[in-house]
Amino acid sequence: MRKIWDIPGGIHPPENKKQSVDQSIGALPLPDRLVLPLNQHIGAPARPVVKPGDRVLKGQVVAEPHGIVSAGVHASTSGVVESISLHPVPHPSAMSSNCIIVRPDGEDRWIEHQGIADYGSRDPQQLLDIIRLSGIAGLGGAGFPASVKLGPRQPIDTLIINGTECEPYITADDMLMRERPGEIVAGIRILAHILGNPANILIGIEDNKPEAYDALEAALASNSSEGSDIELVDFPTKYPSGGEKQLIQILTGKEVPSGKLPAELGIVCHNVGTTQAIYRAIVLGEPLISRITTVTGQSCAINRNYDVLLGTPVRHLLANNGFDADSCPRLIMGGPMMGFTLENPEVPVIKTTNCILAPSREEMPPAPLPQPCIRCGMCAEACPASLLPQQLFWYAQSENFDRLEAHNLFDCIECGACAYVCPSNIPLVQYYRAAKGEIRTLKQEKIKADHSRQRFEFHKERLERAEAEKAAKREARRRATESARARGAEDDSGITASVATSTEASSTAATSPEAKAPEAGTSAAKATVEDIIMAAKARAEARKASPEQRRAALERGIEAARHRLDSTRQKLADGEADNLGEASLDKLRAAVEDARVKLADAEGKLAKLDLPDSNDSDPADSSRDTGSAERVAKKLGDSPRQQLQGKIAAINNRIAVTEQKLAELTDAATLDALRSGLDKQRQKLAEAQQQLSALPVDTAPAPVESPVQDAAAAAITRAREKAARLAQMSPEEKLRSNLDSLVSRLDKARARLATAIAENADHVETLRTTVVNLESKVREAETKLAQGDH
Amino acid sequence: MYDIIAQEPLIAALTALVGLAVVFGAVLGFAAVRFKVEGDPIVDQIDSLLPQTQCGQCGHPGCRPYAEAIANGEAINKCPPGGQTTINALANLLDVPAPELDAEHGVESEVKKVAYIREDECIGCTKCIQACPVDAILGAAKQMHTVIASECTGCDLCVEPCPVDCIDMLPLTPTLADWRWQLPPPTPSLLNRQSKANIIATDRGGSAAA
Repeated sequence: MRKIWDIPGGIHPPENKKQSVDQSIGALPLPDRLVLPLNQHIGAPARPVVKPGDRVLKGQVVAEPHGIVSAGVHASTSGVVESISLHPVPHPSAMSSNCIIVRPDGEDRWIEHQGIADYGSRDPQQLLDIIRLSGIAGLGGAGFPASVKLGPRQPIDTLIINGTECEPYITADDMLMRERPGEIVAGIRILAHILGNPANILIGIEDNKPEAYDALEAALASNSSEGSDIELVDFPTKYPSGGEKQLIQILTGKEVPSGKLPAELGIVCHNVGTTQAIYRAIVLGEPLISRITTVTGQSCAINRNYDVLLGTPVRHLLANNGFDADSCPRLIMGGPMMGFTLENPEVPVIKTTNCILAPSREEMPPAPLPQPCIRCGMCAEACPASLLPQQLFWYAQSENFDRLEAHNLFDCIECGACAYVCPSNIPLVQYYRAAKGEIRTLKQEKIKADHSRQRFEFHKERLERAEAEKAAKREARRRATESARARGAEDDSGITASVATSTEASSTAATSPEAKAPEAGTSAAKATVEDIIMAAKARAEARKASPEQRRAALERGIEAARHRLDSTRQKLADGEADNLGEASLDKLRAAVEDARVKLADAEGKLAKLDLPDSNDSDPADSSRDTGSAERVAKKLGDSPRQQLQGKIAAINNRIAVTEQKLAELTDAATLDALRSGLDKQRQKLAEAQQQLSALPVDTAPAPVESPVQDAAAAAITRAREKAARLAQMSPEEKLRSNLDSLVSRLDKARARLATAIAENADHVETLRTTVVNLESKVREAETKLAQGDH
Repeated sequence: MYDIIAQEPLIAALTALVGLAVVFGAVLGFAAVRFKVEGDPIVDQIDSLLPQTQCGQCGHPGCRPYAEAIANGEAINKCPPGGQTTINALANLLDVPAPELDAEHGVESEVKKVAYIREDECIGCTKCIQACPVDAILGAAKQMHTVIASECTGCDLCVEPCPVDCIDMLPLTPTLADWRWQLPPPTPSLLNRQSKANIIATDRGGSAAA
């Protein structure tokens, strides 16, 4: 005999169970329509997989589980899907929710289904998936998806089957245990297999159900061949010992800590109805499409348990029981302690509907008016969770949520024992439910507010970033216009810009005489030129500074080249031995030749490095280095024309080299490559020449030859003179001088055009347009001047 | 040592005090630098109590600026979206009496609202997108816009800039998921109760005397 613990508090309300256990579990005729809510469980609603007009068979999936905590929905009979629409659902809010409405065809034809007899050889995860798809949720009343509860992360050592059914009037589990104990025991074996055969398997039954106890005992005895490790425990009747945490405490003496799950203590608890449904799902392959529901109360002529198809409207259930609507003030789904009032008898029976209670007025008179709390403390004595209901009541009234949480409001199981014993008839549970709802809402709002804050901050940051980008762009544009204006001013012999440029030019020329900075050009352009020259120099310096490193690098190169030569030779030898094709042999030979050339080259370089290594300064190198710096400087200082000319010379050079190579070589493959390279070079040459011809003739080749310093100084003086002159001029004089300069430019351009025509040069057209432009400008200036005169 | 202290008690005492002052000053100075708190923690606390609708009804550009203003002594009753709950929480935090909501800044709405764009009428001007403080409106120029309802805070800042008035503030329809139990009606006080059957004679007080 197992030791039984007690729970604190508890009450002994009139049981009222006798009236509904006289008759066996009955069946009902098919209703004219079935209403299947998508959310009959705790968690995410299932997703419909049928559309209106579809034919469905009994047991066919009509909605699939969506998310981890979810359960599927199945058609309870064969028929046609009428619609998927909002329909009142059993909920204290009396609100509507999405339901699949099926019109039965009366055939009640099963979909093809098949169970697993030898579940013992199956993987528990596979069985869990079947349970999940079979839509099994806790049938005791909470409706938590069974597959989630059966897949805990912690190891389980105790499995408890809850056959307590402590709430008055309800006898659904009692009748199930009496009539189908074999299925329950088989279901327990399946659960044990899924949970890895826990050490303790207990069935808890209150001592007011001796028939159920006997039936289960007999079933266990006949089933003992599979091991009689299942222990049947009965304990004194007391409300609410059927609560999960209370039952665990009664059977094991362990208290589930606040905010934790029983699984964290290694305990899993399931209702007998859930156990039987799991048996049917696994062994028979039948999903959850019906459940045992008690129909009771003095307003019903027949008090009985029925195996009700899920989705059957409550009205249909009552109509088959001689329901007298006039004598019934209110319909209750669930028991008198924890149930809720049904506003609409059209709502369907769902997975959690264990009882429909239709009491008469005498049986359940309207609640008397609440009186003020007199602090008698009877509620605290009755509370099975050892809370302080009267304190919670005060805090709930004043909406003091911090204190409510400090007094562990969330450990309240809403059993209603406190309200039952309250001499002032205060609806205490309603206060706790409201306060819980309010706290949950506040928490959700807090999460949403935090989310909004994040988004707002991100929004601000984004705006700032966009603003900064815009400002940067604006700044760049401003600078570009400024430099363009400066350049334009210089072209037009502007004053200030050219003064500034010349001063700068002279200063740079003074500091770095060796860098032949081009005299013309804006300061910005010059800066980049300087930078490039400096970088080239720095590279040259670096090259010079570390002869040891260079030497090491060269040696490494030689080593690598030698290695490559060896390996290619090896390959060639192998190839010859293997009688490879002539083509591949040729290729290998070419590779060997290539490697040899490279090696020779590297050795030559090293020798060169070694030769002047004795003295520190490397004349050849340094001359080359300064040469390269000069080359860069020269290149950058060159006008586009000069650059192009240089390019053409280089290309010509390259073509000559290639042609020479072509003449020397006889190898077919290399020959082809060289030829195509030669063609490319020629093409480039043609392009470059074309570009060169397209370029207008350099107006005034920069006086690079004259010493920079002099040029700069001359520019400064020129600019100063001009500035001085301009400052003294009247607007009219300014216009006139402008006209003069334009006229002189036009003359020059005409002269150039004439020479070009004489030489029959390519750029005659360009020069012509220039002349035309200048002429129009001159005319403009003349009209302006004329206007000024008037 | 003792001789000096005995002979010059005044100087010895002064030296000791100055020495202590220097030591503690150094410790405090170090602590001030080492354990310096970045930002204003009270502003963060206030900000976390505000509803983050960023609606600007308080006269500040967003909730954080209002939190800063409250920290600097502004009234705490200028937040209509937060309503009395927020005022009470702020009063609790700042330890001041909780005032009523200042009607000048608007009234607390009974139901939560979200913006809804009548999409047929949207001309794709992006004005509402720019007005939205939490980037809850989706769309591009000359394309239809729409509101991401789950991100909308119901601040209605987007309604005013819309040139074609195609944005409505719709009340959120309650669903099963966010339904909650309501508090029972408050227990009527004994004296106001009409039925006298439950009252003992001595409790009648004033009415008996009259």
